[in-house]
Amino acid sequence: MSKNISISINGFPVEIEKGKTILEAAESQGITIPTLCYHKDLCVAGNCRVCVVEIAGQTRLSAACATPCEEGMEILTNSLKVRNSRKHIIELLLSEHNADCTKCYRNGNCELQKLSSEYKIMTQDFIELVPLKKYSVDMYSPSIMKDDSKCIRCQRCVRTCAELQGVNALTVAHKGDEMKITTFFEKHMRDVVCTNCGQCVNHCPTGALVEKNYIEEVWEAIADANKHVVVQTAPAVRVGLGEELGLEPGTRVTGKMVAALKRLGFDAVLDTDFTADLTILEEGTELLTRLKKALVDKDKTVKLPMATSCSPGWIKYIEHLYPEYLDNLSTCKSPQQMFGALAKTYYAKARNIQPENIISVSIMPCTAKKFEAFRPEMHDSGYRDVDYVLTTRELAILIKQAGLDFNKLEPVKYDRLMGESTGAGVIFGATGGVMEAALRTAYELVTGRDVPFKNLNIEPVRGMEGIKEASIKIEKPLKKWAFLDGVELKCAVSHGLVNAKTIMEALKSGKANYHFIEFMACPGGCLGGGGQPIPTNSEIRKKRADAIYAEDGDLPLRKSHENPEVQKLYKDFLKEPLSDISHHLLHTKYTKREHY
Amino acid sequence: MAVTHQLKRVDFIFSNENDWEKVLSTTINKKPTDLINELISSELKGRGGAGFPTGLKWKLAAEAKADSKYIICNADEGEPGTFKDREILSKVPYKVLTAMAVCGYITGAKEGFIYLRGEYKFLTPELNKAIKEFDYYCKEIKFDFKISIFMGSGAYICGEETALMESMEGKRGEPRNKPPFPTQNGYLDKPTVINNVETLAHTYTIFKYGAKKFYDLGVQYSRGTKLFSVSGDTPKPGIYELELGMSLQDFVYEFGDGDTKAVQVGGASGFLVPRKKFKDAAIGFKGKLTGISLPTGGSMMLFNSSRSMFNVLDNYLEFFREESCGQCTPCRVGCQQLLLGIKAVKRGEKPASYLSKLLRLTETMQYTAKCGLGQSVANSFSSIVENFHEEMIY
Repeated sequence: MSKNISISINGFPVEIEKGKTILEAAESQGITIPTLCYHKDLCVAGNCRVCVVEIAGQTRLSAACATPCEEGMEILTNSLKVRNSRKHIIELLLSEHNADCTKCYRNGNCELQKLSSEYKIMTQDFIELVPLKKYSVDMYSPSIMKDDSKCIRCQRCVRTCAELQGVNALTVAHKGDEMKITTFFEKHMRDVVCTNCGQCVNHCPTGALVEKNYIEEVWEAIADANKHVVVQTAPAVRVGLGEELGLEPGTRVTGKMVAALKRLGFDAVLDTDFTADLTILEEGTELLTRLKKALVDKDKTVKLPMATSCSPGWIKYIEHLYPEYLDNLSTCKSPQQMFGALAKTYYAKARNIQPENIISVSIMPCTAKKFEAFRPEMHDSGYRDVDYVLTTRELAILIKQAGLDFNKLEPVKYDRLMGESTGAGVIFGATGGVMEAALRTAYELVTGRDVPFKNLNIEPVRGMEGIKEASIKIEKPLKKWAFLDGVELKCAVSHGLVNAKTIMEALKSGKANYHFIEFMACPGGCLGGGGQPIPTNSEIRKKRADAIYAEDGDLPLRKSHENPEVQKLYKDFLKEPLSDISHHLLHTKYTKREHY
Repeated sequence: MAVTHQLKRVDFIFSNENDWEKVLSTTINKKPTDLINELISSELKGRGGAGFPTGLKWKLAAEAKADSKYIICNADEGEPGTFKDREILSKVPYKVLTAMAVCGYITGAKEGFIYLRGEYKFLTPELNKAIKEFDYYCKEIKFDFKISIFMGSGAYICGEETALMESMEGKRGEPRNKPPFPTQNGYLDKPTVINNVETLAHTYTIFKYGAKKFYDLGVQYSRGTKLFSVSGDTPKPGIYELELGMSLQDFVYEFGDGDTKAVQVGGASGFLVPRKKFKDAAIGFKGKLTGISLPTGGSMMLFNSSRSMFNVLDNYLEFFREESCGQCTPCRVGCQQLLLGIKAVKRGEKPASYLSKLLRLTETMQYTAKCGLGQSVANSFSSIVENFHEEMIY
């Protein structure tokens, strides 16, 4: 245990662990010091300066986020000098900021707006700088819009892109009044290494970085009587949506969400978890096939380890930065795209609806899914497989616009045919979930027995450790899989692209020896996705993860291959995993992209 | 009246450096603690402008525990109106190299860098020649210390010590949060001594002649001599080594053109002193000096009555607006607001009272900016606006 030191805050004595910052000390006393550039996920920058406090004996003020407490320090967080300086800084930020709040996507959830409201900044004496500069909005990416006129240069996005994701698509350029956050050669976001993960959007305090929203397009589709609008909801949405609607982080709202979607006017409310289960069967079979080719046929062309392909941020990352490993990716489409391809084929046929009259909408915790739906290869149904992708945040907007009292909605179940799911599908939303679901099914397929973990909970792949490793020894397999007897299946799980980088570098240098790796672009997996409610931080991610595993634990079926609708799908339509029709509809290929 | 010395020219810095080999070999045979005490007793303060006691800085770095340490000579001489470091490096480079090596000996650093201003690239052939010869001698006496040049690229902010280190590490030249200070976590996060070129040259004098000779010059709290870069409306621009503690009155008497209206002491980040305050102003660090005491990196710009103080301030602010790194709010936005603000007042688009709002803004910048750049914009702004208020308006 570290030593405690004595300080005083606003005249009251405080004992605090040595090494804590003034901001942390104040927080421990229930005193909020305003911040903008500070984010719990990121390293301290100390550049916005709104958190300045006065330390007795010092003329200059100190940034609370960046200054460690020292024995005997007398700190004033709200002296007149502090208040006046802080107000000045807020005024300066506003003078540089396109403060047309009523027309801003982040209106109502903007940290600068909140601060200026708290400090009652009623006038603008300083000269407005926005009209003096040439700003344009980058709206060419299908996922993310960037509006520099709303940027306060806190560099949270830059630190996010570098520290959490290791991508560095966003960086600081120029100096002085021309300093700005931009991309390689100031190209559009769609033309650079950006993975569309949206973590920058989630970490932006203002409306400078927002998702490209498709709210009006979806309303129009719903209003069109000739269209049958189906909606799918990703696993992580049900544990995040509540936060946007006034509920505590970690509240499970699955049934209420389905009820809300029905009231919004969607013709069928279906579940991405269904295709998550389907993914497990396709991907699990693919893994076993690869293992057989490698171990029995000694086929040198087969690539191991096999990497998951559910996370479109990860896909774009590997396409840009490790294209030599594209053959290691599972060829399975993500659950969203499998769903889209089936909605306009299998579902259309079963419901007797012309596929061109189906509009397929998905609700995702993700901004990269928007890009994924736009990929040219995602037209295997003969139409665009997924028409519109909305984030968790956009769904909350729809619900608010429709005037629904979310809390009063009675929970209802998903519609049938592609609405049934198992606990294995739900945990796709958490880091390690795909791995756990795959192992539950693959182990049983191979041995005929449950995975050797209590209650099917594969604890080693759960939790928020950046890189997790697990291995399962296969003993007494069924006859068909005899070649796997005694094989120790080595797996790794990584979330946050900075951890993906670590694993990829280890693979490159030959230091990693895995069979199967799960990669998720976002910290915590999809539950910490770029399309999830703002704020998201480690505490909140933990609560959402707990909710996901609780959801899994409560479901009667917890293994993908037991999903009766998936079984029916194979019987009636696909025949078997990796069949020709599966290959056509459920598998895809990847594109090598530039490094910058 | 300020307690001051008469203006006195001295010639230490540019004096003979041919004995550098002897100075180096004898100095590194003394005990490090003795050398530190010598330096502390000389009361030498940093000559870059901030005036941190040099002996204490070296002591802190010497006491820091680490597997490697570094010495950096800050030759990113960018303050408008200063050009002394260039002269030191071209005339007496061995003094600087010797001082760096001695600092390495005292602190345990084995590697030193000269961070050279981008615009001084032309100095590199000669300087590299000197480094090579210096290196040769170090090998000869079996003293392990390696010096190399690191070229800056012309950003003013990189003269700020932590921005300089960021730039050396290949990052954007943005100042760091302090604490921690460079003597604990400097270049590559290792304990680092970073000194101005002139500071190092003075330590050479101290190690050669002893602290007393240096201490006996100057006044209390402002010991020794200092190089001044004299420019502007003066019949004799140039570099002069003067004893610290002189009054500005004497300085203007010596260097003025008979019509001096104001002197900018310390460059764009320093203070402007109007004629009526010359006699109360002394050049040196705060302390015993009464009246106004003006610390300076050595830039002395003289303005005669033909100069518009509005134009002077406008010029400084344009400089700061462009040279702010842009990271912290008060400096990035503050500099823009100050520049646009004085123009608006001049054009009559803002009332004269707006200048008071801007003065309060400079106070906020002084209190809250992350580094010395933003903090010191207030100096020239307030001293010009307060002393030449009329010129700002009409």
